[in-house]
Amino acid sequence: MTAGAATGRVRIAIRGLRVAFGPKVVLDGLDLDLHDGESLVVIGGSGTGKSVLLKCILGLLRPDAGTIVVDGEDTTRMGSRARDALLRKFGMLFQSAALFDSLAVWENVAFPLTHVGGVARDKVRDVATRKLADVGLAPEVGLLSPAELSGGMKKRVGLARAIAAEPEIIFFDEPTTGLDPIMADVINDLIVDCTRRLGATTLSITHDMASVRKIATRIAMLHGGRIIWSGPVGAIDTSGNAYVDQFIHGRAEGPIQMAVATP
Amino acid sequence: MNPVAAIGSVFLDFLAACGRLGLFAAVSVGQMARPPYYPRLILRQVIEIGYFSLPVVGLTAIFSGMVLALQSFTGFARFEAESAIATVVVLSMTRELGPVLAGLMVAGRVGAAMAAEIGTMRVTEQIDALVTLATDPFRYLVAPRLIAGTLMLPCLVLTADIIGVFGGYMVSVHKLGFGPDTYLKNTFEHLEAMDVISGLVKAAAFGFLIALMGCYHGYHSKGGAQGVGAATTNAVVSASILILTSNYLITEAFFAR
Repeated sequence: MTAGAATGRVRIAIRGLRVAFGPKVVLDGLDLDLHDGESLVVIGGSGTGKSVLLKCILGLLRPDAGTIVVDGEDTTRMGSRARDALLRKFGMLFQSAALFDSLAVWENVAFPLTHVGGVARDKVRDVATRKLADVGLAPEVGLLSPAELSGGMKKRVGLARAIAAEPEIIFFDEPTTGLDPIMADVINDLIVDCTRRLGATTLSITHDMASVRKIATRIAMLHGGRIIWSGPVGAIDTSGNAYVDQFIHGRAEGPIQMAVATP
Repeated sequence: MNPVAAIGSVFLDFLAACGRLGLFAAVSVGQMARPPYYPRLILRQVIEIGYFSLPVVGLTAIFSGMVLALQSFTGFARFEAESAIATVVVLSMTRELGPVLAGLMVAGRVGAAMAAEIGTMRVTEQIDALVTLATDPFRYLVAPRLIAGTLMLPCLVLTADIIGVFGGYMVSVHKLGFGPDTYLKNTFEHLEAMDVISGLVKAAAFGFLIALMGCYHGYHSKGGAQGVGAATTNAVVSASILILTSNYLITEAFFAR
């Protein structure tokens, strides 16, 4: 593994992470560090375990082996209260935005403020409206239900919710999947603007190379359950790694073989 | 496959499911007692389960009371025991028909809705989102439904008892020619507090079981729309079976000599 050019203290240190679903080993001794202030993007093909990695860090999945140390605390052995306290440092934008259907848009954005941030109820609505403005949405949108939003608007609201409580570390799970290229670029710009304004550390997973080049300061490539290359975003085109080259150029031929049945 | 192994596999799966359900129930009850509490969510479920179930429970109760009076009359006339109709109607409604019919109707209406709502939240990552927002899904989603189910079913059953007795009264007085005063006197003469209390205890148990099944199957649903559909069906079927099973056990606990 090539060392990245990241600096700053390590916020998340992952060592020997192993996750298997029955006989299928998804992560196989993965090592990865996330440094303070960096924007790390993990790239890799579909089904390589990128989402599993995020779910393990957030405690949504329990790994079979390995450690995940966040700010000096091993999260794999944490009780639920300690994990709740730790999760207050995190924000997360889900691939599907995962907005709560039963709440209005502004209530979705206000959720982390009332449940995590402890903002007084009478001020919550104003703060939620400001957060919606930060992602380019008008106050009227706050009154809508999530079902009334387009895909791009859902992502924006998801982003507003992710940054609402001003978390120290933000995760982005396929932030541009399912969006047209222009809306994808808008979301990328918003991610860069919002995280820079907050000074947050971010970890994103995606296979959209346009998004990678826009939001990453460092890139790590996941393949075969391990990080096979990592380095600064500027070094991606000269990595000298055949797997990385095949992936960033989107070639069917190369060392990465897709399981496709031939007729 | 060896048939004995197949039977063993089914039995082991059944035991594993019982274990998962027991664990889910224990965690849910444990989280009901721990803050933070969500009064607005409890109120929303109280309205959903209690208020919006009133029409269907009321309709079921009134027609059950009416049919009970009519059937009892045609049957009891053979023994010249028509005067027992009022007692039969009130005891049947308070002890059995009120809680069981209301329970089954609410299982179909509310249990299915809970499983569908929580199941959709599961497959669209909304439950994962709750966790990442440092909010326990058991406290936020399950506990309010369990509390509302346990509290509202007794209220619904009490209403069903009254409506059912009224249905029997209407048929007996206006169709079968009973005197109103005599019918009411017969209704209350042999009614004991324990008859009503046992029905309300059953109702509370049924309400808890309906909400538990709806939440359990929704929480563990997977595989998209098909998974949510299966969770909904399983919630209603398992709640109905548990209602009928626990009905016998509670009846035995109250009335077996």
